[in-house]
Amino acid sequence: MTGEQIMKVTGILLENLIPTLKIFGFTLLFSIPLGLVVAALKMCRFKPISWLTNLYILIMRGTPLMLQIIVVYYALPFLKTATKGTGGFMENLLSGVDPAAESFMFTMVIIAFVLNYAAYFAEIFRGGIESIPKGQYEAAAALGMTKAQTFFRIILPQVIKRIVPASSNEVITLVKDTSLANVVAYSEIMLAAKQQMMNYSSLVPLFIAGVFYFVMATVLTALFGFIEKKLNYYR
Amino acid sequence: MSILSVKNLSKSFGKLEVLNDISFNVEKGEVISIIGPSGSGKSTLLRCINQFEKIDSGECEICGITMTKNDENGKAVYADNKTLHDIRLKIGLVFQNFNLFPHMSVLKNITEAPVHVLKQDKAQAEKTAMELLGKMGLADKANEYPCNLSGGQQQRVSIARALALSPELLFFDEPTSALDPELTGEILKVIKSLAEEKMTMVIVTHEMQFASEISDRVIFMDGGYVIENGTPDDVFNNSQNERTRQFLERYHS
Repeated sequence: MTGEQIMKVTGILLENLIPTLKIFGFTLLFSIPLGLVVAALKMCRFKPISWLTNLYILIMRGTPLMLQIIVVYYALPFLKTATKGTGGFMENLLSGVDPAAESFMFTMVIIAFVLNYAAYFAEIFRGGIESIPKGQYEAAAALGMTKAQTFFRIILPQVIKRIVPASSNEVITLVKDTSLANVVAYSEIMLAAKQQMMNYSSLVPLFIAGVFYFVMATVLTALFGFIEKKLNYYR
Repeated sequence: MSILSVKNLSKSFGKLEVLNDISFNVEKGEVISIIGPSGSGKSTLLRCINQFEKIDSGECEICGITMTKNDENGKAVYADNKTLHDIRLKIGLVFQNFNLFPHMSVLKNITEAPVHVLKQDKAQAEKTAMELLGKMGLADKANEYPCNLSGGQQQRVSIARALALSPELLFFDEPTSALDPELTGEILKVIKSLAEEKMTMVIVTHEMQFASEISDRVIFMDGGYVIENGTPDDVFNNSQNERTRQFLERYHS
């Protein structure tokens, strides 16, 4: 490839950086709070809820994310086909589903990513919460703090410090996992790189894509290193 | 009026009866030490009065407020949550392992509850905290984090933290057991000075010498029973009870 071509491909990939970052950002935005909820459900003392949550985590961690994306993406279109002509409630509900629409693709990709990452985050949060000594809860209780105060003022700040290393792993993996969205033809860096590879019959576009991911992962690594340092004011 | 009155308190974990028919009173300004071998139930008793463990039966009253009462079947019934919360604030608790909040500075450890539980003004709470730290000889450590303090210093902070809520009664759960021997002295000194100020205190301890010096009364527990409840002289020097004597002999030798 010529230098001009490389510049052109880089430009195209740069345009596709935005959808990649959108997957990354929205997944974090929703999967972290959902992960906290899932962690709480798993620690629930009412056993059936804890078991169900466990099953969910088991499935999410036990099957490939790529498979999950495909299943989530095709579920509604298949349901639409199946209910065609029934004139029922489901048909009406699904009439707006357009598998080729950008917004539908994006929504389904985000749902799949959020469900998957929430399971991983939940386990990280649970591990963090359970690692806080009982004495911290008792000290807070003895001082008359409410359960909410105890959790948000005493427990959570300590949990955050403890889970930063494990979370950074997860977040860096997520940057690279965004490339899986290409299986449902959602346009992001990986899909664009593959198209350009065919276009130019060259591996260079893939190499450029690799640099993109590498730079993002490196920036995140530095960011988490900084956060860890910031939180190092106590042991 | 007694600050603390415990009547016929019993508690078991499954089949294991850890507290049997415990009764005692603590009057205002009194210092009471609870001694006894490991597993005698003294820590559990303290945990029951501080609502960390539920009792099975018995009546417990703190500063005239009823915490538990027996129903007609002799089962303990607890007061409502609001009352239990009020009772909690009447009692300060100092833990064996300090349990300071590691992510907060010494000053914040002390002001946290006054500001967020009692809704005190922050400046006022900090002023009180600084006075308490001064009394503990730790005024220069206000902005340090607990991890930078020695065990003895951490325990003094935790005493200041408990005192910041102006409790009527202060409980100590083996306050020196997690400390190096050379650090226990500074804690005992603080407790002594609190006794001189007529602070009402109940101290679960293994420091026999200290208990005999400081206490108005000593309670000896064994196997979940109160075996003895008397002046230090009664318990340490003139006990008629075989078990008490055996226990103390082991300590003296």
